[in-house]
Amino acid sequence: MQAFEYAHPRSMTEALPLLGSRWGETEILAGGTDLLSLMKNYVVTPKRVVNIKGLRELRGIRGTPEGIYIGALVTLEELRTSQPMHEYPALAQAAAGVTSPQIRNMGTVGGDLCQRPRCWYFRSGFGLLARDESGRSLVPQGENRYHAILGNDGPAYFVNPSSLAPALIALGAKARLDGQNGERYVALAEFFVIPKSDAERENVLQPNEILTHVIIPEGAWELSSATYEVRQKEALDWPLATAAVALKMQAGKVASARIVLGHVAPIPWPAPEAEKSLAGQPINEATAARAGEAAVQGAKPLSGNRYKVQLARVAVKRALLAAARPRSIGAKGGV
Amino acid sequence: MADYRWPEAGKRSLIGKRISRLDGPVKSSGRVKYTYDVDRPNMLYGKMVLSPYAQATIKSIDTTAAEKMPGVKAVQVMREPGTEILWAGQEVVAVAAETEEQARDAARRVVVNYEKLPHLVRDVEPAKAGDRAKPAAEQTEGDPDKAFQEAEVTVEGQYGCSVITHCCLEAHGQATEWEGDNLTVWASTQNVSGIGGEFATGLKIPAGNVRTLTPVMGGGFGSKFGADTWGVACAQLAKKAGRPVKMMLERDHELMVAGARPSIHAKVRVGAQKDGTITAWSSESWGTGGMGTGGSPRLPYVFRIPNQRKRHTAVLTNIGPVRAWRAPNHPQLCLITMAALEDLAAKLGIDPVEMFLKNIGMTGELSKVYAAELQKAAELIEWQKKWHPRGDKAPGVIKRGLGISLHTWGGGGHPSNCACAIHPDGSVEVSLGSQDLGTGTRTVIAIIAAETLGLPLEAVKVNIGDSHYPQSGGSGGSTTVGGVSASTRRATTNALNELLAKMAPSLGVENDQLEAVGGRIQVKGNPSKGMSWKQACAKLGTTPINATGQTSITTPTGPSARDLISSGVGGVQMAEVAVDIETGVVKLEKLVAVQDCGLIIDLKTAESQVYGGCIMGVCYALYEEKIMDEQTGRCLNPDMEFYKLAGIADIGELVVHMMTGPGYDERGVIGLGEPPVISSGALTPDKVLAALEKGGAA
Ligand SMILES: Cc1cc2nc3c(=O)[nH]c(=O)nc-3n(C[C@H](O)[C@H](O)[C@H](O)COP(=O)(O)OP(=O)(O)OC[C@H]3O[C@@H](n4cnc5c(N)ncnc54)[C@H](O)[C@@H]3O)c2cc1C
Repeated sequence: MQAFEYAHPRSMTEALPLLGSRWGETEILAGGTDLLSLMKNYVVTPKRVVNIKGLRELRGIRGTPEGIYIGALVTLEELRTSQPMHEYPALAQAAAGVTSPQIRNMGTVGGDLCQRPRCWYFRSGFGLLARDESGRSLVPQGENRYHAILGNDGPAYFVNPSSLAPALIALGAKARLDGQNGERYVALAEFFVIPKSDAERENVLQPNEILTHVIIPEGAWELSSATYEVRQKEALDWPLATAAVALKMQAGKVASARIVLGHVAPIPWPAPEAEKSLAGQPINEATAARAGEAAVQGAKPLSGNRYKVQLARVAVKRALLAAARPRSIGAKGGV
Repeated sequence: MADYRWPEAGKRSLIGKRISRLDGPVKSSGRVKYTYDVDRPNMLYGKMVLSPYAQATIKSIDTTAAEKMPGVKAVQVMREPGTEILWAGQEVVAVAAETEEQARDAARRVVVNYEKLPHLVRDVEPAKAGDRAKPAAEQTEGDPDKAFQEAEVTVEGQYGCSVITHCCLEAHGQATEWEGDNLTVWASTQNVSGIGGEFATGLKIPAGNVRTLTPVMGGGFGSKFGADTWGVACAQLAKKAGRPVKMMLERDHELMVAGARPSIHAKVRVGAQKDGTITAWSSESWGTGGMGTGGSPRLPYVFRIPNQRKRHTAVLTNIGPVRAWRAPNHPQLCLITMAALEDLAAKLGIDPVEMFLKNIGMTGELSKVYAAELQKAAELIEWQKKWHPRGDKAPGVIKRGLGISLHTWGGGGHPSNCACAIHPDGSVEVSLGSQDLGTGTRTVIAIIAAETLGLPLEAVKVNIGDSHYPQSGGSGGSTTVGGVSASTRRATTNALNELLAKMAPSLGVENDQLEAVGGRIQVKGNPSKGMSWKQACAKLGTTPINATGQTSITTPTGPSARDLISSGVGGVQMAEVAVDIETGVVKLEKLVAVQDCGLIIDLKTAESQVYGGCIMGVCYALYEEKIMDEQTGRCLNPDMEFYKLAGIADIGELVVHMMTGPGYDERGVIGLGEPPVISSGALTPDKVLAALEKGGAA
């Protein structure tokens, strides 16, 4: 790991000026479960690391009239176990899907949303867009079994790694981003972007901003929500495809639906066609399967990941069926 | 005189009992130090510069910038310019610095220029491998053409498994320290008595100058027999710096270069009569073992089908060096054979247990053992109740299927020497230049010594893991337990006989009328006539007894072999597997392992070996693959994230049954490290098929 300057601010006012104005100069350190391996592998080589764990205002889950504020430093374990989160099964289930207690106890909400892609070309030093010396992406003709099947027109082929993001987007959450010029709020649905160059990042965060909170809007607790993850293993592993759904039900019929796929595209992937297919329908095997079908209509599998289309289809179907079941029955991947 | 032969069943006080491993507490509490934990005064850390290319020639190496980096104390070029690189991750330069981080940073400043050459890293079909395809001579037995013509039923299929790695918990590596021309190596090795010579050759010093220490080690599985290039480089760095150096492989390097198991793929045809009698086998196989051709795989496995035709082609690739992997070649051959035979049973519409039993004669000498084990395994997995023809008719998306597999292994003991000292204060030491890879070797040695001397386990001090102790073989091929059991039994018996000879006159009897039982030396049949062990030893005055024992060099084989040790075991495993037919996610629900290994010294550690083998088998059957990228020539998953291993939740229920008692015990001690891993990996792939077929794949 390249030597770096380490900053441990105690407040936001202390922290913000420590951040750089260009990507790569400074990195924010939360739980460190991702940043440390990135640094050890020289994938990122910051000159300064700003540890935000001393920022108390970023802790805790709090109810307000506008909704639930989840601090960026809330751990995945807190998310999985805290009482208020039981109202949002999609989110608690997504947190539970990270089956390593160590990672759940260290990893934070902010870190989960901002973690970098797991694309093995990126992690081996070929850059975010995984290009060889000639600038050609290594992914389409390479080992792409875990890469994107949607939103993969290039130049990015990685999948967004966050399991929380699809659930939060389905619940209509937004992010609060704080910079030296004050704060701004961005719907999580607009937070993630597909980078066009290696110099860009995977979200709209500026290098001198901190994601401080995620806000689930008031009323979202009324939604029937669920996350379904297809995982090859039960022990710590990455999902192959996931779906988070949040349904507004009226008299047994879908009044409105949000369906977001995870781990299938460079950003959490909304499925408006699938949502539309459910309008006014009850949730049953047939309607859920039809929605799953609609969700993958635009899929363009790469040479080695056609199987993920089927998995995404099934994830949507099973998430819908789980959401429609009475609460407390969890949805979980595996057999 | 005490007899060498193992005591009869009724007369064993420790042998065959369930005894917890002696080093369990110090290992689980972290008190014992692995090579990884070695911390010598003033020690430096070594890191290596690795080739990013799979095949290349080194043009030039410039270490000036690295030498100037903070903390750097020595730089050692491991491969000179002009030499060829044969895999990505091959070591080029080693650097020693005050901290690991400094060493890592400095290694990145070494400038190496390469001329890239074409590579191949995938085990493609021979037709696509060009001149890297190296066909072996065709082998035939009987008259395969005629047999296939006459076969009433034939079945064809393609089966295979990928290149996988060893994934030892403790990475490869060592710490080295010089004192003048004498070198001490703390090595994570399977070969305490053997690697000193390799260090000596590499360093051009007399072999006697090297001392190897491995008090405990974190697994090797066949990948840790040599001094390795990094071992020699580590010692060279230590010499240059004049300080101890520790150089352990990083996990990524470990997965890239520290051992791979060859892949194999095969197109198989099997012929049979309608009644299930197997008559013919043909296979066209290929696979990669890196840049080596290996031999022809011995297909079919276990079943000696009378008419056979086999063609094999080795595909030479730049995947890294192949190393022996627990039961070398057996798991791959087992998988292919069992999968093909189960497909045959399915086509014949016969219960595979029935078909296996019908053909059990083809397994040769072990056929009775297999038949008994098949019966036991079937009972434990409730085969009769659960088995159904292919295609699970049960409703829902989870379909289940059963699988069955047979395996064999030699496991004869290796040459081993043991020294036993009985001290006048009554304490006992047994010393062997052996090693405990985590299998329980230390415990087994203590059990045998204590049993022989009629002492409690705690009374024996076991000295292993030091090359200054009497030479004992490397721990590979399940040879250790046989080797150390025989040498320990002989050394301790010899020592005891010396003691008895000294005591006999004072008790007024002949030596052969004395025995050591329950902490006493006493007259056989007259226990009151005797003395405590301590009293007896006190009579030695100031001269301890020092006796030695050796393993006999030839190991008798076969079920009828009778000696302290023999070789040749059979095992049967059966599994119940569930598959989600909408997602293809497979889960092992239950695995039954029935195994024989002759006389069992410690039932608990023996069972642990089988559990461990099964877990390793489940890992490679369901998850493991060393994923190579043809474009870059690199391994893409040299980490524990995408190099997938099962966690506890993925393993399912394991049931282990050891075959013991009459018919097994008389054969003496036989190794157990390899056998249990062979079948487990064969159990899943076709089980999935079994569950999927007609079950309504989505
Ligand atoms: C084997 C393995 C399996 C995993 N499986 C899953 C999985 O299935 N699903 C899943 O979602 N995750 C999974 N994870 C990832 C894990 O959840 C993340 O590593 C963790 O959530 C990151 O949180 P952290 O606080 O440790 O982040 P850090 O490592 O501290 O930071 C991660 C990144 O986010 C940035 N960052 C952190 N906090 C902020 C902030 N408040 N504002 C701006 N930028 C910030 C950092 O600069 C860094 O770039 C897995 C990890 C491993 C190792």
